[in-house]
Amino acid sequence: MTLGFYPGCSLKGSSREYAESVLAVAKAFDIAIEEIQDWNCCGATAAHNMNRELSLALPARILSLAEKQGLSEIVVPCAACYSRLTVTQHELAADQTLKARISEVNGMEYKGSVTILNIIQMLDKYITPRLEGKVVKPFNKKVACYYGCLLVRPHEILKFDREEDPQSMDELMLKAGATPIDWAFKTECCGAGLSVSRTHSVGKLSGLIVGDAKDRGAEAIIVACPMCHSNLDMRRKEINEYLGEKVDIPVLYVTQALGLAIGLDKKELGLNRHFVKVTV
Amino acid sequence: MSKIGVFVCHCGENIGATVDCARVAETSGKLDGVAYSVDYKYMCSDPGQSLIKSAIAEKGLTGVVVAACSPRMHEPTFRKACAEAGLNPYMCEMANLREHVSWVHEKGEATTEKAIDLVRILVEKVKYNQSLNAIKVPVTKTALVIGGGIAGIQASLDIANTGHKVILIEKDPSIGGHMSQLSETFPTLDCSQCILTPRMVEVAQHPNITLYSYAELESIEGFIGNFKAKIRRKSKSLDEKLCTGCGLCTTKCPVKKIPSEFNEGLGMRTAIYVPFPQAVPNKPVIDREHCTYYLKGKCRICEKVCPTQAIRFDQKDTIEEVEIGAIVLATGFSVKQPDFFPEYGYGKYPDVITGLQFERLASASGPTLGEIRRPSDSKVPQNIVFVACAGSRDEAKGIPYCSKICCMYIAKHAMLYQHKVHGGKSYVFYMDIRAGGKNYEEFVRRAIEEDGVNYVRGRVSRIYEKNGKLIVKGVDTLLGAMPVDIEADMVVLATAGVANNDAEALAQKLHVSYDAYKFFAEAHPKLKPVETNTAGIFLAGACQAPRDIPESVSMASGAAVKVACLFSQDELTRDPLIAVVNRMAPPVYSSCVGCFLCVSACPYQAIEKEEIKNRAGEVIKTLARVNPGLCQGCGTCVAFCRTKSIDLQGYTHEQMYTEVMALLNEY
Repeated sequence: MTLGFYPGCSLKGSSREYAESVLAVAKAFDIAIEEIQDWNCCGATAAHNMNRELSLALPARILSLAEKQGLSEIVVPCAACYSRLTVTQHELAADQTLKARISEVNGMEYKGSVTILNIIQMLDKYITPRLEGKVVKPFNKKVACYYGCLLVRPHEILKFDREEDPQSMDELMLKAGATPIDWAFKTECCGAGLSVSRTHSVGKLSGLIVGDAKDRGAEAIIVACPMCHSNLDMRRKEINEYLGEKVDIPVLYVTQALGLAIGLDKKELGLNRHFVKVTV
Repeated sequence: MSKIGVFVCHCGENIGATVDCARVAETSGKLDGVAYSVDYKYMCSDPGQSLIKSAIAEKGLTGVVVAACSPRMHEPTFRKACAEAGLNPYMCEMANLREHVSWVHEKGEATTEKAIDLVRILVEKVKYNQSLNAIKVPVTKTALVIGGGIAGIQASLDIANTGHKVILIEKDPSIGGHMSQLSETFPTLDCSQCILTPRMVEVAQHPNITLYSYAELESIEGFIGNFKAKIRRKSKSLDEKLCTGCGLCTTKCPVKKIPSEFNEGLGMRTAIYVPFPQAVPNKPVIDREHCTYYLKGKCRICEKVCPTQAIRFDQKDTIEEVEIGAIVLATGFSVKQPDFFPEYGYGKYPDVITGLQFERLASASGPTLGEIRRPSDSKVPQNIVFVACAGSRDEAKGIPYCSKICCMYIAKHAMLYQHKVHGGKSYVFYMDIRAGGKNYEEFVRRAIEEDGVNYVRGRVSRIYEKNGKLIVKGVDTLLGAMPVDIEADMVVLATAGVANNDAEALAQKLHVSYDAYKFFAEAHPKLKPVETNTAGIFLAGACQAPRDIPESVSMASGAAVKVACLFSQDELTRDPLIAVVNRMAPPVYSSCVGCFLCVSACPYQAIEKEEIKNRAGEVIKTLARVNPGLCQGCGTCVAFCRTKSIDLQGYTHEQMYTEVMALLNEY
C-alpha cells in the first residue's frame, strides 16, 4: 500500500530532519510514501485568524489534490498542519453548502474521502504492530514525552488520545525501550509562534517545560511537532537564560527516537541538525 | 345530528401570537355539525371553563373540541368541565394548537391553516365519540420507597405516619446514604450524624415500615394503585434473627484491607462488615467478592467466633414479591470518578481528594477521627486549596449544569479547616458563588470575613506535584487574569454531582422518563416537581437533580403527601381508553376467531382467553378478552388482530378513518 505524505513548510525547512526521520522509519518498514504533488501552505495560524473561507480553502485544496492523486490515507507529521487539515475536514463534513463553496473557490472538487493520520496514529497503525524483534538498540533513556497543544486539541474534532493527559506517545516510547516519566507539562504551551516575535516569552514558557523535564530526571524530550521542536531546541539559549543554568537535554522527534531504536543511522535521521547536541 | 362546540384558546401569547385564533374559531363555526365556536385568551381559567360549561347547557352541545395545548397538559381539566356541565367527559377532545402548531411554526397563513385542519379532523372524530364510563380499580395502600438516604428516610416516615404501610429498600447494608457520610451540615454547622441517626432508628422501629437493606428492585409490573414488585434481597450470609450485632466477627475477619465505601476509600474495612458503627440495621454482611471463604473455599473464622452461630455461608439471594400502590424513587446521586480529571491528578496524587472524601476527614467518625490529615503521610496540611466546579458547568466535560451543593459545602469545608487547623491557609478557586438559600449567603460571607478563607475568582488549569507539594496553577480573574500558582499540601475537588450508574436501567425498568444526564424527570418543572410522567411513581431528593439536604427533605415530604392523597381513596378511576373485543349475538358471539395473536402482542399480559359455553356447559367458542384493569390502551393488539375484532375505545377504527378523510377532503 501507498501512504500519502503532506510535509508542510516546516518539514522542508527548519525541521527537515523530521521529514528525514519519518521517511527513514517508513522505509525501514517497507511503507511506500508518496508526497502530495503541488501541495500548498495549510494556512497555519495566520489564515484562520484573518479569513475563515481562506483557512478552509487552503487545507481543502491539499486534500483535493490527495484525492486526485488517488490517495486514500495521508500522514501529516506537523501537528499544526494535522490540526488544520482535520478541522477543515470536520467543518466541511458538517456543512454541505460550505463544502460546495470551497470546491468552487479552489476550482477543484473536494470529496472529503481522505483519512488523515498524525504521526502517532501512523506509527501505531503501521509500525508498532511490527516492532517486535526490530528494536535492536532500545532507546534506553528516561524520556519526557511532550505533546504540545495541537496534537490532541480540540478533542471534539480530533478525537485523538486524552486531551489533558495524553498517553499515546508514552506508550510508543515504552515500546521503543524508553522509560517515559510522569510529568506535568505534557500539553503546556511552548510559546508557539512567538518563537520569532517574542523570544523572551518563549524562553519563559519553554523554560518551564524543559525545567520540569530536567527536575524529573528526563534524559531526552520527545516531540511530534516542528514548532515545539524549534522552541525547545533552537531557543535553548533563551531557555537557559530563564532557568539560570545550562540544561542540555536533547529534543528528539518521536520518529528519530524510534529510528535510533531500530538501529538506523544518526545522520539518516537528521540528528546532526539539532542545536542542542544529541548525545544519546 | 351533532351539535359540537369548538373552543379556541390563545394560551396568552403562546398560541395567540402565532395563530389567528379568531379565524380558527370563525372557520370552525361554519363546519358541518358545529353549533357554536368561540376563542378566548385562557380557556383553562375559570371564565374559560365557564364558557364551555354554559355553552353545553345553553346550546345543548353533544360534543366539545378544545383547541389549546397538549392533551397531556389539560385534557383532564376540560373533560372535568364537560362532566360538570352534564356532558360525558369522553365527548370532549383536544386539538393541540400549541406544541403541534404555534411552538413549532412561524406566524403565517399556513400555520393558521394547519390549526384549522387540526380542529376539523377532531370535529369529525367527535361525531363518532361514544359516552364511556371510567374504570374503577382498587388501591393497594402500601408504598415502596427505593433508596434509604435522607430523602427515602423522610418519605418513609411521613407516609408511615399517615397510617399507611411502607416498604423501604436500600441497596447498601445500611440506610443513611450520603448524609451519613457528612461531617457538619451547612448553614448551621450542626453535626450530620446527630440529626440523621435518630431518624434512621425511627425507620427501623416504626411499626408501619418494613426495611429491606441490601436489597434491590428486581422487576415491577402493574400500574398506579396496583403495582407488583419483585425485590431481590441480596444474601447477607447471615441469619439476621440470630445475629445480635455484637461485632466479634468483624474484629476477627482476616481480610482487613478493603477500601471502605463509607469512608470513600480513606479507611479500610473487613470482608464481613458493618459499614459504620451507627449503621441501621447494625448487623454485618459478608462481601463475597473479597471474602476468603468465597474466593478460596477456606477460612470461616467468622462462623467459628460467632457466639450465636448466625453465619450462613450457603445463604442465597431471595426474591420477595410485594403488592404496592405507589412508589417513591429516592435513589440519590454519585460523584464523578478519578479518570474524569487527568489535569487535576485526581487518582494519581493521593492528596487530591473529592469533597466527599474531605467530609470523611472532617467527620468525628471518620478515619482520622475528625482531624484534617492528608491521606499520603497523615500530616496536617498547612495550605489547602478547594477547587469549585470540578466538572460542573463545564461543557467540555459534558456537564453543563451546576451541581448546586458545592458552593455551600466548600465554604463549610474551608471553615471547618480553619476551625481545626489554626494558622493554616485555605484557598477557594471559584467561578461564581451560588449561595441562594436561607442563611446561605451569610454563611459564605462568614467563611470569607470571619474565618479568613481566601476566595480566588478563577479556574484551575492544572495540578501537579513538585518537591512534595501540589502545585495548583490557576488564574485570578479579578486581578486582570493574573496567573496564580499555589503550593498546596492538599487539594479538595468539588466534583460534579452526577446520576447513579444504574439510574438509566432503573428508569427504564419503571418506565420513568429521565433527562440527558440520567437524572429522573419530573412531570412538570414547576407545578409537578415530585411527580413523574408515570402515574403512581414519585420522586424525592437528588435522583431528580443535585439537591441539598433541606431540599431533599422537602421533596420527600411532598412526595409523601402525594402518596397519602392517593391512599386516601379506596378506588381509583382510570380512563376507559382501552381495547375491547367485539361481541355479537349468538351463534357468532364475536368476529374473534380465537387465534390469540393479540395475547402474544400485548406487552401488559392484559388479554386472556374466554370460553363461551352453552347451557350444557360445553365450550362452543373460545374468544380473546381484554382485562380492563390491566390494559393500558396502547393499541398493539388492534394492529395485530387479523379479523379487526379488537378496537380501542376512544380511538376506534371508525374514528381514525374519519379523521384521515376529514384531512383529505376540502372544506
